[in-house]
Amino acid sequence: MEPLLLFPDPAPPVLAQSLDLGGYPWKAAATADEAAAIEPEDGWAGAVIAADEDPEGAFALCRALRKRDVPLEPVLVLVSGAQLADLELREDLFDDFCLAPLQPRELEARLKHLFWRTGRGTRPELVEYGPLVLNLETYQAGIGGRPLDLTYMEYELLKFLATHPGKVFTRETLLSRVWGYEYYGGARTVDVHIRRLRAKLGEEHANLISTVRSVGYRFGQPKWSL
Amino acid sequence: MVLVERHQDYVLRTVEERGIRFIQLWFTDVLGIPKTFSITPAELENALAEGMTFDGSAIDGFSRVQESDVLARPDAKTFQIVQSPDGSAIGRVFCDILNLDGTPFDGCPRHVLRRTMERAHEKGFSFFAAPEVEYFYFAEGDPSQPLRPLDHGSYFELTVADIGGDLRQQTVLTLEDMGIPVEYAQHEDAPSQHEIDLRHTDALTMADTVMTVRMVVKELARQRGVHATFMPKPLTGVQGSGMHTHFSLFEGDSPAFYDPGDEYNLSKVGKGFIAGLLMHAREITAVTNQWVNSYKRLVIGYEAPVYVSWARNNRSALVRVPLAKLGKTESTRIVYRAPDPACNPYLAFACVLAAGLKGIEEGYELPPEAATNLYEMTPSQLAAAGIPSLPGSLSEALAEMEGSALMAETLGDHVFEWFLRNKRAEWSDYKAQVSQFELDRYLPTL
Repeated sequence: MEPLLLFPDPAPPVLAQSLDLGGYPWKAAATADEAAAIEPEDGWAGAVIAADEDPEGAFALCRALRKRDVPLEPVLVLVSGAQLADLELREDLFDDFCLAPLQPRELEARLKHLFWRTGRGTRPELVEYGPLVLNLETYQAGIGGRPLDLTYMEYELLKFLATHPGKVFTRETLLSRVWGYEYYGGARTVDVHIRRLRAKLGEEHANLISTVRSVGYRFGQPKWSL
Repeated sequence: MVLVERHQDYVLRTVEERGIRFIQLWFTDVLGIPKTFSITPAELENALAEGMTFDGSAIDGFSRVQESDVLARPDAKTFQIVQSPDGSAIGRVFCDILNLDGTPFDGCPRHVLRRTMERAHEKGFSFFAAPEVEYFYFAEGDPSQPLRPLDHGSYFELTVADIGGDLRQQTVLTLEDMGIPVEYAQHEDAPSQHEIDLRHTDALTMADTVMTVRMVVKELARQRGVHATFMPKPLTGVQGSGMHTHFSLFEGDSPAFYDPGDEYNLSKVGKGFIAGLLMHAREITAVTNQWVNSYKRLVIGYEAPVYVSWARNNRSALVRVPLAKLGKTESTRIVYRAPDPACNPYLAFACVLAAGLKGIEEGYELPPEAATNLYEMTPSQLAAAGIPSLPGSLSEALAEMEGSALMAETLGDHVFEWFLRNKRAEWSDYKAQVSQFELDRYLPTL
């Protein structure tokens, strides 16, 4: 699936985490120009625009996205209860909305429905990388045809890494994106889980996750060597 | 709450997808003995949401005056698929024990440890542990027969065709498959004695892991017709089994015990932790060494700690501060050498943490490093140096524990009182026994 466009940049943590956990890839942009600059070749899968902090910027971006030759859809906006009135006369700028503070389950349900309605880019069922296969629908993972017996957090970590191959993540990023901010194990937890994942992947495949010295971890090959 | 739902969803889907027919619910009594009952997938959803009711009165340390029913609620994050001996996959999940109203049950050892770790967390610390688990293999586990070790090997010995070595290797592979990374595994000093060193993780997960390791070691041995034991001192005249445990605190990503400017590379936090541990060592020993037999290990001559002291390279000390490898400051840690592998790891880790935190909070002064071999000092030299001994018996340890406000607070009234009562009963049973030693020594002459 192509990534979703997210506003603002940096993306609100809860929003970012919900999309990560839901298996939706995304990229954040602060303006329409920025969005155009980082737009993937096959176009955005859709957009999630948080309008609760900076409504003006948010609706300006919506307008720009809808004014294109092929208007971008679906567009989901996030507004606070007090902003509901702002939606009036802007009906053409979005396909659906969610109330902030965000309920991750609601967001996921609405995205699912939007993608079903617009008939494109439904979330991927399978993530494959070399011998590794993840089925996001059933939460199952396998390597070289052998099922991996993962705990929940090991699964989430592997899923996050496998959906971003070649990219290096710091421990802090992994902690906030996979565990959320409220986890009390601290960044050390990431090392511990990586070690467990490698143990379970087995000696042959342990190098799927590499340690990038004094930075963090990377899944798969670095981008330039592909 | 979305994360909680996802955990549960993950477990439910996995059980369904993998065709799992039984889920073992694991928990631990106050003495660290594993308890388990199995449920079917149909009961799992309700168990995850509300917990399974059972009668706690038959479990050591769970009985109460008014209400005997408690709830076992699976901690979905600990769900793991394991292979049963017949090759089928079963689910295993650790449980928290709750009162019927959903509040944590005071007798639950996981709760005691979690509560202490939360106290550390409030001060910005996360607490990590890495134990070195020692144990013996014997040809059989019948106490009426003399014990038969499987070999006469010793430390690091490379032996041919020994079942013990094979078993240890198989155990390590099984543990790795379960996501429990092993740092080293080796033959230990005594005949048929083995050691498995686990890689550090947060103390709660590690306590769960110790329970798993003990189970896996025993089960794999049983399948080969061998008896594995974590009894602290099964054989007279050779080393006993300890569980030296490496402990560290982290503040976010940085090792809280490390200070490059200090002559020992120890921070104020590190020194306070060690000082707290030393100050309260005698009080926590009843928990780290909870059996009559534990004190047969804590004697001079077998590399077990006896004197309350710390040192960097002196292996007779109770607290050892290993040198962090160059450029590996994150591995700054201390090793507490008293615990044995038959302790309740939840309670033992909680007591070590509580003692260390106390030292940090109160700013205890770290006593000087023990430079010489303490075993060679005379009692008067030790007294002059202000170095006390660990309790010499369970009875002495219980007396120390009973007077300890720190222990009462850490364990909570329920566990504290039950533990003392139970252990006093064990001691009085033991005291009334006439041993082989006495017969051999006294019958001919007296």
